[in-house]
Amino acid sequence: MKLTLKIWRQKNCKDKGAFATYVVDNVDPEMSMLECLDVLNESLIERGELPVAFEHDCREGICGSCGFMINGVAHGPERATTVCQLTMRHFKDGDELVLEPWRALAFPLIKDLVVDRSAFDHIIEAGGYISVSTGNAQDGNTLLIGKETADQAMDAAACIGCGACVAACPNASAALFTGAKIAHLGTLPQGKPERDRRALSMVAQMNAEAFGNCTNIGECTGACPKEIPLEVIARMNRDYLLASCKKREDVPTTITPGFELSAKR
Amino acid sequence: MSAATSAAEVSSQQNRIVTFWQSTNGKKVVMAVTGAMMFLFVIGHLLGNLQVFEGPEKINAYGHFLHSIGEVLWIVRGTLILAIVLHITATVQLGMRSWKARPIGYSRKEAINSSYASRTMYWSGPIVLAFIIFHLLQFTAGYIHPEASFVEGDVYHNLVSGFQVWWVSAWYIFAIILLGFHLRHGIWSMFQSVGLAHPRHTKTLKGAALLIATLIVLGYISIPISILLGLVK
Repeated sequence: MKLTLKIWRQKNCKDKGAFATYVVDNVDPEMSMLECLDVLNESLIERGELPVAFEHDCREGICGSCGFMINGVAHGPERATTVCQLTMRHFKDGDELVLEPWRALAFPLIKDLVVDRSAFDHIIEAGGYISVSTGNAQDGNTLLIGKETADQAMDAAACIGCGACVAACPNASAALFTGAKIAHLGTLPQGKPERDRRALSMVAQMNAEAFGNCTNIGECTGACPKEIPLEVIARMNRDYLLASCKKREDVPTTITPGFELSAKR
Repeated sequence: MSAATSAAEVSSQQNRIVTFWQSTNGKKVVMAVTGAMMFLFVIGHLLGNLQVFEGPEKINAYGHFLHSIGEVLWIVRGTLILAIVLHITATVQLGMRSWKARPIGYSRKEAINSSYASRTMYWSGPIVLAFIIFHLLQFTAGYIHPEASFVEGDVYHNLVSGFQVWWVSAWYIFAIILLGFHLRHGIWSMFQSVGLAHPRHTKTLKGAALLIATLIVLGYISIPISILLGLVK
């Protein structure tokens, strides 16, 4: 297969950046998108050029490291697939692919297709702990959890934090990510004691970061490689609303984000 | 001591409301609740208007009835104005935030999972607002009644004479269709914003939202269409 790759090249966050076009003519249909970039990078290195920087780790679709836009769609045209699992047979010989990094103020660009997703880490950090007794592990059947509840928690816990939801959202909102984290811990009995505080803190941190707001349009769940349902956003809203009414303590403190929305555009 | 405590409690209560309003989620809850209030008005207004098909006496009597309840009418109007102001304030603030959240746009971006109605809320909203202002000036205040005559209290006459002007009717139909789009997303979205979603019921809700929005559009546009066709004169 022969493909034309139009890739966003940018040395660092201060550089302006521009698209560069490369023709790769030895693409195997069974290669993954990342392997295709590996092949391109080999030839770039041979020619003495800088290879294209992209993030990757497990290449099994479960670590959440990889991800970029392919032809205007986060993680490319296949649903429920990360770019590392996206095989080139889904494209036709002679296709042109436009590869662009996630674009959001909260995800500052590091290099080429790599962005800094520390904002997600701040939200996770704000979530805090769940109460687990130390010592011997208790008997597995002590806490009975209904199948539906377990499924719901598992569906939300499938989030790998890749950032495709923010990238696909026209508002660059992190509602699906935050919702998934709030739902997966709050649904299970182990996460119940801190449920209110967790919802307040994680939402406060999400709003402190430079993300936009949710308009319930659903682009996030369409782009999500783990198909996290939109329902988790409602779950976040419900937990936040109830916790706001119930809370007795002061406002949760937030971690100062790297980028603030109040800064001049 | 007790005074100090109560002052602290009051400030904590205010703090709570301010924090809630300042969060994007809180603003969306406000938008959902105010949206629901306006939605109820849209239904009530439609039911009132459809009396035009029952003849001049009926709808004029309805108009007189609304004016006769004076204070109650102004309470309803005041509530609606407050709802509109809050809805728009939240929209503008959230819209500005989202606009800032992506300073560098994509060279190419495809919508893969959202409805046309949901993506165009920022267009349908302001156009419907412009329409409402025009509509109030035309039929409630009677300040502008292009190519038509306005008789205070004669609702039937004002409707027929106003809608006989083709472009007034066309603008009305256009705005109502946009209102339909706005409601098609808004009716189910308000449930999501206050935290009510369920994989099974949400599907039904989306279907119901489309059906209700369509019925509202058909109901409203039936009036200018009937007048233009001469069925109501």
